[in-house]
Amino acid sequence: MLNYQNFPHVLAVAVLAMGVAMSAAQADENRGGKYGGEDRGKPLQPAQANARWQEECSGCHIAYAPGLLPAESWRRAMDGLGKHFGTDASLTAGENKEITDFLVNNASNRWRAPTAPLRITESGWFKRKHDSREVPPDVWKNPLVKSPANCQACHTQAERGDFSERNIKLPK
Amino acid sequence: MLRKFYASSLALMVVTGLAAQPALAETPDQVLASIRGEAEKATPGFQGFSAARGEKFFKATHGNELSCTSCHTENPAAQGKHAKTGKAVQPLAPSASAERFSDPAKVEKWFKRNCNDVLGRVCTAQEKGDVLAYLLTIQK
Ligand code: HEC
Ligand code: HEC
Ligand code: HEC
Repeated sequence: MLNYQNFPHVLAVAVLAMGVAMSAAQADENRGGKYGGEDRGKPLQPAQANARWQEECSGCHIAYAPGLLPAESWRRAMDGLGKHFGTDASLTAGENKEITDFLVNNASNRWRAPTAPLRITESGWFKRKHDSREVPPDVWKNPLVKSPANCQACHTQAERGDFSERNIKLPK
Repeated sequence: MLRKFYASSLALMVVTGLAAQPALAETPDQVLASIRGEAEKATPGFQGFSAARGEKFFKATHGNELSCTSCHTENPAAQGKHAKTGKAVQPLAPSASAERFSDPAKVEKWFKRNCNDVLGRVCTAQEKGDVLAYLLTIQK
C-alpha cells in the first residue's frame, strides 16, 4: 500500500543521496586532476611479485612494476607481444594469461583518465616527474641512458620497483 | 634389516635428487638431439649439422640491420648487450653460462622471437641445429 504522505521523505532521501554521489564524484574529479588523471599506483611489495612475470618480462629490460600503468595499458601491451616495440616478445597462451592477470590486478589504482598509453614514459606522472626541473636535458643525451625507458640508468634499485629519491644517481 | 635401510635411503636419495633438478632440465646435447630429430623429419636428404655453417649464419645479417651478433656479440662466450634496450645478456655459449640450452621450452621461445626479429620468419630445424653445433664448439 502506497503512503502518499511519505512521498516527500522519499524524495528528500533521493535528492540527498544524489547530492552525496555527486560530491563524491566531484572529489574524485579533483583528486583525479593530479598529472591530468594519469597517476601511478603504490609500489609493488616484493612478496606480491609473480615469478613468471619476473622471469618473462625481464629478458630485454627490467620488469616494469605493474603500478606504473593502468590495467587497460597492460591489457593492450599483453595483446600485442608479437610486435612489441619492434621486437617479438611472444609468450604461450598460458603464460600470457597468468602474467596479464597479475599485471591487471596490481595496476595503478590512481589512474582516473580514460587513457591507456603503451609507454610508461608517455604518462602524465612520468613526464611531470622527469621534466627539465627534475632531470637536466643533457642527461637524456648521455649514452649510458640511451632511452628514458632505461629506468635503472638513474634509479639504481629500479629492478626491485624502488624509485625513491635516495636511490637516484644520475649517470655522469 | 640393513638391506631394508639401504633400500629406503637409496629411494630417499633418488627422490631428493629429482626434486633438486629444475623442471625438465636437459643438457645441450639432449637439446641438440631433439633438434636433430626435428631436422631429420623436416629436411629432405638431411646431411647433419655444420658448426661452420652455423657460425656464418650467426654472424650474417638476413635482410635487416640485425644479426645474432647485434645482441650476443661476435664472441658467444662474452656477455652480450641488447641492441635496443642496452640490457646485459648473459653469454650464449653453454661453456660460458651453464643454464644455456638446458630448458627446451626456453630455447624454442627465444629461437622463435630472435629469428623473427633477424630473419622476419622462424628458423628451420637445420638452422637451429647448425647454430647450436657452432655454439658447442666455443670454448670459454
Ligand atoms: C624480446 C625482448 C622483450 C621482452 C621479452 C619484453 N619486452 Fe618490453 N620492451 C622491449 C623493447 C625493445 C622495448 C622498447 C624500449 C625502448 O624504447 O627503449 C620495450 C618496452 C616496454 C614498455 C614501455 C617502456 C616505456 O615506458 O617506454 C613496457 C611497458 C614493456 N616493454 C612491457 C613488457 C612486459 C609486460 C613484458 C613481459 C610480458 C615485456 N615488456 C617483455 C622488449 C621486450
Ligand atoms: C635520466 C635519469 C632517469 C631515468 C632514465 C628515469 N628516471 Fe625516474 N626520476 C629521475 C629523477 C632525477 C627523479 C627525481 C624527481 C623528483 O625529485 O621528484 C625521478 C623520479 C621518479 C619517480 C618519482 C619518485 C618519487 O619519490 O616521487 C618515479 C616513480 C620514477 N622516477 C620512475 C621512473 C621509471 C619507471 C623510469 C623508467 C621507465 C624512470 N623513472 C627513468 C631520473 C630518471
Ligand atoms: C635484439 C636482441 C637479440 C638478437 C638480435 C638475438 N638475440 Fe638471442 N637472445 C636475446 C635475449 C635478450 C635472450 C634472453 C636473455 C637471457 O636469457 O638472459 C636471448 C636468448 C637466446 C637463446 C636462448 C638460449 C637459452 O637456452 O637460454 C637462443 C637460442 C638465442 N637467443 C639465439 C639467437 C639467434 C640464433 C639469433 C640470431 C638469429 C639471436 N639469438 C639474435 C636477444 C637477442
